[in-house]
Amino acid sequence: MLVIPCPHCGPRGEIEFSYGGQAHIARPKDPEKVSDAEWADYVFLRDNTKGVFLERWCHVHGCRRWFNVARNTVTYEILAAYDAGAKPPKLDYETQV
Amino acid sequence: MTQSFRLPEGGLIDRDRRLGFRFDGRDYMGYAGDTLAAALLANGVHLVGRSFKYHRTRGILSAGAEEPNALIQLGEGARSEPNLRATQIELIDGLEARSQNRWPSLSFDIGAFNNALSRVLPSGFYYKTFMWPASFWMKYEYVIRHAAGLGEAPRGRDPDHYDKTFAHCDVLVVGGGPAGLAAALAAGRAGARVILAEQDSDLGGSLLGTNGTTIDGQPAAQWIAAARAELAAMDQVTVLTRTLAYGYFDHNFIAMVERVTDHLGEKPGHLPRQRLWKLRAKQVVLATGAIERPLVFADNDRPGIMLADACRTYVNRYAVRSGNKAVVFTNNDGGYTAALDMAAAGVNVRAVVDLRANPEGPATERAEAQGLHIMPGSAVVGTSGEKRVKQVRVGRVDPGSGRALAVSETLDCDILAMSGGWSPALHLFSQSRGKVVFDEALGAFVPGDPAQGAHSAGACNGAFGLADCLAQGHAAGRDAAKDAGCKPGRDGARAPEAENHGFLPAQWAWEVPSDKPPGRGGKAFVDFQNDVTANDLRLALREGYHSIEHVKRYTTTGMGTDQGKTSNVNAIGIVAKTMGREIPEVGVTTFRPPYTPVTFGIFAGRDVDGLLDPVRKTPIHSWHEQAGAAFEDVGQWKRPWYFPKPGETMHQAVNREVKAARDSLGIMDATTLGKIDIQGKDTAEFLNRVYTNAWSKLAVGRCRYGLMLNEAGMVIDDGVTARLGENHYLMTTTTGNAAPVLAQLEEFLQTEWPDMEVFVTSVTEQFATVTIAGPNAKPLLRELAADLDLSTEALPHMAIAPGRVAGIDARIARISFTGEMSYEINVPASCGLALWHALMTAGAKYDITPYGTEAMHVLRAEKGFIIVGQETDGSVTPIDLGMDWIVSKKKDFIGKRALSRPDMLKPDRKQLVGLLSENPEEVLPEGAQLVERVLPKPPMPMIGHVSSSYHSPNLGRSIALAMIKGGQARMGQTVLAPLADGTTVTCKVVSPVFLDPEGTRLND
Amino acid sequence: MTCPEKEGWGTAFEMMPRYSIFSLIRNALSYHEGWPRAWRSPEPKSSYDAIIVGGGGHGLATAYYLAKNHGMTNIAVVERGWIGGGNTGRNTTIVRSNYLWDESAALYEHALKLWEGLSQDLNFNVMFSQRGVLNLAHNQHDLRELSRRINANRLNGVDSEFLSPQEIKALVPIMDLRANGRYPVLGASIQRRGGTARHDAVAWGYARAADALGVDIIQQCPVTGFQVEDGQVRAVETAKGTIQARKVGIVTAGHSSVMAGMAGFRLPVQSLPLQALVSEPIKPVLDTVIMSGAVHAYVSQSDKGELVIGAGVDSYIGYGQRGSLPVTEQTLGAICELFPMFRRMRMLRQWGGIVDVCPDASPILSKTPVGGMYINCGWGTGGFKATPGSGWAFAHTVAKDEPHPLNAAFSLDRFRTGYLIDEHGAAAVAH
Repeated sequence: MLVIPCPHCGPRGEIEFSYGGQAHIARPKDPEKVSDAEWADYVFLRDNTKGVFLERWCHVHGCRRWFNVARNTVTYEILAAYDAGAKPPKLDYETQV
Repeated sequence: MTQSFRLPEGGLIDRDRRLGFRFDGRDYMGYAGDTLAAALLANGVHLVGRSFKYHRTRGILSAGAEEPNALIQLGEGARSEPNLRATQIELIDGLEARSQNRWPSLSFDIGAFNNALSRVLPSGFYYKTFMWPASFWMKYEYVIRHAAGLGEAPRGRDPDHYDKTFAHCDVLVVGGGPAGLAAALAAGRAGARVILAEQDSDLGGSLLGTNGTTIDGQPAAQWIAAARAELAAMDQVTVLTRTLAYGYFDHNFIAMVERVTDHLGEKPGHLPRQRLWKLRAKQVVLATGAIERPLVFADNDRPGIMLADACRTYVNRYAVRSGNKAVVFTNNDGGYTAALDMAAAGVNVRAVVDLRANPEGPATERAEAQGLHIMPGSAVVGTSGEKRVKQVRVGRVDPGSGRALAVSETLDCDILAMSGGWSPALHLFSQSRGKVVFDEALGAFVPGDPAQGAHSAGACNGAFGLADCLAQGHAAGRDAAKDAGCKPGRDGARAPEAENHGFLPAQWAWEVPSDKPPGRGGKAFVDFQNDVTANDLRLALREGYHSIEHVKRYTTTGMGTDQGKTSNVNAIGIVAKTMGREIPEVGVTTFRPPYTPVTFGIFAGRDVDGLLDPVRKTPIHSWHEQAGAAFEDVGQWKRPWYFPKPGETMHQAVNREVKAARDSLGIMDATTLGKIDIQGKDTAEFLNRVYTNAWSKLAVGRCRYGLMLNEAGMVIDDGVTARLGENHYLMTTTTGNAAPVLAQLEEFLQTEWPDMEVFVTSVTEQFATVTIAGPNAKPLLRELAADLDLSTEALPHMAIAPGRVAGIDARIARISFTGEMSYEINVPASCGLALWHALMTAGAKYDITPYGTEAMHVLRAEKGFIIVGQETDGSVTPIDLGMDWIVSKKKDFIGKRALSRPDMLKPDRKQLVGLLSENPEEVLPEGAQLVERVLPKPPMPMIGHVSSSYHSPNLGRSIALAMIKGGQARMGQTVLAPLADGTTVTCKVVSPVFLDPEGTRLND
Repeated sequence: MTCPEKEGWGTAFEMMPRYSIFSLIRNALSYHEGWPRAWRSPEPKSSYDAIIVGGGGHGLATAYYLAKNHGMTNIAVVERGWIGGGNTGRNTTIVRSNYLWDESAALYEHALKLWEGLSQDLNFNVMFSQRGVLNLAHNQHDLRELSRRINANRLNGVDSEFLSPQEIKALVPIMDLRANGRYPVLGASIQRRGGTARHDAVAWGYARAADALGVDIIQQCPVTGFQVEDGQVRAVETAKGTIQARKVGIVTAGHSSVMAGMAGFRLPVQSLPLQALVSEPIKPVLDTVIMSGAVHAYVSQSDKGELVIGAGVDSYIGYGQRGSLPVTEQTLGAICELFPMFRRMRMLRQWGGIVDVCPDASPILSKTPVGGMYINCGWGTGGFKATPGSGWAFAHTVAKDEPHPLNAAFSLDRFRTGYLIDEHGAAAVAH
């Protein structure tokens, strides 16, 4: 069971959180201008990284804030947590994967 | 019966507390401090079970958690438990136990016929046969199923309760043997918050089974007592005995199960039977000890053939001789310790058969000095004895061929104590994702680098000498405390001191040399419980099952309830040898939690008997109950389904309720609808984005219906949102979707549109909502809300106003889900029941009639209103529902782009229509499928399904809503519903609005 | 752990004798020393007509049907570890075909028909036990959905019946239908032709039968890359060297995205941990398969006597092959509610797999943006039951370079056009 470092509340058990999948996927600014394929990309296609993955979590049973986490999806090690909308911190991916 | 194998003195048992127990219908006596196994052995009982496959007679092999054979059924009835290890059951007065997997009795078992057939039942035989005739598998399977299984399920509802607790600590020490105690002391002295978990009833671990051991110059028992006292004196240290750390999960999360009352004769009702500990430790010290390995030779499974160290433990801890005449068979020096302790206890040790050509080591030397008969370079090549070992045959090992020569000696005995070396208990370390490595000298796998904050110490780390154990434990405890952020302790420098004898030197032979070719002669068991022999392993390899995981699955070795604790390393060794490989190349199978089986009940904890999931009730629930309502579960909510009067059927009750709402006055508890308070200057724009229609022009005091989609364009929710003030709105959602809708709103606000000034708050629980509907709704409300102007000019349809109703502050919305003149009255939740009573009292003159969800469904279906989750199923767009009118063409909203994808525009999409059955009395079953033509037999193409269907008392006939391919173009056409009973209902496709399409009933 | 092949173990090719009670008796006389290998362990050739990446049930079935139905015998299955070691060997072995949508029902029903003759077809007893599968309804909404599915199944030629609480009680007397009012059992669907099968035997049976047709099964052979030229796949790079191939089928379940990434395209799947557990073996108490989607609990009793229990997925991406404790708690809580006498049973073993879940909970059996490359993935939590049908239809897709009508709807393109086959959307509750 993971300990997730909520940037606002501190480290808490995973049962307090809900998962939001891949981070840094922006909704197209003008959806009418994108193709069907691009829309499918936005709605359905996701990286499904084996290794360090930038993902979204929401502290639903705490502050209810969304934030981002860099987590190794093999070892489950959490390398960083940062605010939604912030740029990911620099991580030495190669050594972490 | 007398305890004729009990030694006159010694042991850690309490001889003042004699306990009576019963095994297979016979009465025996034992002492407090015994395990069931110890007490049985004290009474000379060795035969305790039958093996899984061949039903061979089996005795007690071990003295601990690794026991594969002595599995018994404990207790009777609802408290009965199968497959418990006799070696771990603490004896209590009146204990009832039975042997398992035998019929009609343990000594005469019909199933033992399998043993006679064993030649044709090698590993995997079932994959090769039972295929003809094809239809017969279910018959073969019936026989196989009844032959398999071990014990029996409890009969009836478990009367005991279970509990769970969370805990955090700096250092968790798993194991209360010498290494664990040293670790706990070192960490505790450093000020760390320590939890020490020991699966046994007492601290001491392997020390409990020894004799004459000293630590720091004092007898081991005294040292343990001092350690226990010192740990007890430290406030920040918790010692948990009878507590098994069964699983090591991510981020140093350890699951443990504490046996709270199993060992008590009288079980206090307030205590849980067992407790699940969910523990987060900053650091973990693993001091889980090691498990002795059997030797693999022909007929090595007879009752009386035991692990050498277990024989020693029975002597020293329980004061029990396992037998009168013993042969010891070993490949290491450690086996001699058991021989010496047994001899000291008065057992006639006939011989020590040693695989090593040149036996050496400290214990060997002592045995020589005491004049024990040692047979070097020899092997046990066979045994005999049906219900107890009677004889062993010994042959010399030919150093050249590695084979055993013909039998040189036959020894009578009633005990064969064997030692094949030791395997560190790596289970938790491996579960923590630590990789294990093979240590050639130890002949065993040991921990490699840890993957989490785990420190291994003692025998589980390959340290078998007591001094090494204590030193490693001490260092691990100190380091763990430091890694957890504690300062070094005052007394942290010195580890306890002791002598350092392990079990080496040894000579490894994964399978004992035999005087017969492989597979001939008796069966050489590797896995006792699952009856897997060395030859079975070879068969798997011969057939191409080369991966150790394939070998395991094909032969089932290591897949019993003991998970191969005594067998896995031997199996790996035999596989390696057979394939001509090194053991590390073969590798280990995965160590899966739990370490020993754990009770389901602890996972449920107190969430049983209706508490699995919360039940939500409205503030008016008690009234509904008193009124005799039938309830329906909607999500976690209990909603009144209908309110039957005495003698009424559901159909009659619903008809009455529906009629009342149309003819006079109905009242409904709508509290469960989700309510979200939305404030902030950008709210209108926010609603524009989350609903399909436009919100910019909604005036204060007005309401609007909205449809919410996901980004795939599918309808996920609907409801009415009211504008309460300039920047203040109240959104309602469907009952089941309140939480997901709030979550989606928050997500978009935080992640997509963080610049918007919008605040959303769930207020579902804060308000009670009562709907009154029908021609007399307005007169009633006028009476109770005299201050309020209810005129259509002041409060038209889809308007909301604050006011007082029956003296209660309220928001009154004139909205309708029934098509009737209808008001939704929102009051503080605490006033909900008072409001309901006031309305019921004042409404009596109108024969006010409470109606439930079923009547609501009928009322809305008469109007063709959808229910999300009933007309929709995640694959329905607003266009499919014929609700184009609510889909804005001008602005963007969530899901809009998806609506223009090619498959969304196809004319043959399923669309919402009404259906009228040809026979107006006939109510279509909901879920009925629709076809154009009924074919003689399936498959037949379907064009849609019935989503809602009712008898409408107002229309005097049945009505239905359906989703049909290209439905809007089929108006007036006939479709057919072939039902399960073989009949077919003919229906006409009509508009989904059956009643008052102009909406005149909404007006005064 | 690794177990590299060495000389002397798997270079020779032997004629495969048929398995039967007679061959068992005959071999017993020679101490079972005469059994040949169930499959060879060859070194890879330099080139194949087709390579199937992934030696699970679906991959091996694909190879078998490629050889059997399409005459493609110069093919290989390359497997990173040992065959059947992924989800094939980790699932709860439930087989059924009572799916709601026409497309799903057709595919799974085709699979079920193949299951019904599989032991004989493969000459390997996969122990397909048609003990019936019950799906429970706990509220009015469940009942409505159940009725819809039963009717759809029936008209699709898939056996499906409604059971009243009384009929359920007669069939499963140990179940507590009241469940103390929280999750009462109001009814169930039963598919009597559904049941369970022996999961390992499926991988081994397909491997043995494919091998007999000449398919090379190459274990311990991780794929490290693909060679793609002009949008066309040319070769597979592996730990055992580069292998030329005209066609490549990817059947790697949880690792599908990793493989697609190597080939240069993306998938709409997430790899989630799914856990399962078994109890200690007991004498028979449960003779059907019980499934409750509402509480995420699936239970049957194996022939060995263990209660085999499936849970829901963990919500987050994980390649760790392990599930978390909260899911175990939820599932066993639900099992104890339905079967109060099981509270005293004990969990013997728990484990996890990596399931690749599509947004619409339906699989992808499809061509890909790379020519000659095909993908079979997205089976989520329910792939085992489809094994024969999946392999059968995917073999057609690989052989013909176009989908069979059975899997045409399960294309990668559906996420663009919107033709989703949403098997779990129907579960939502509202009003």
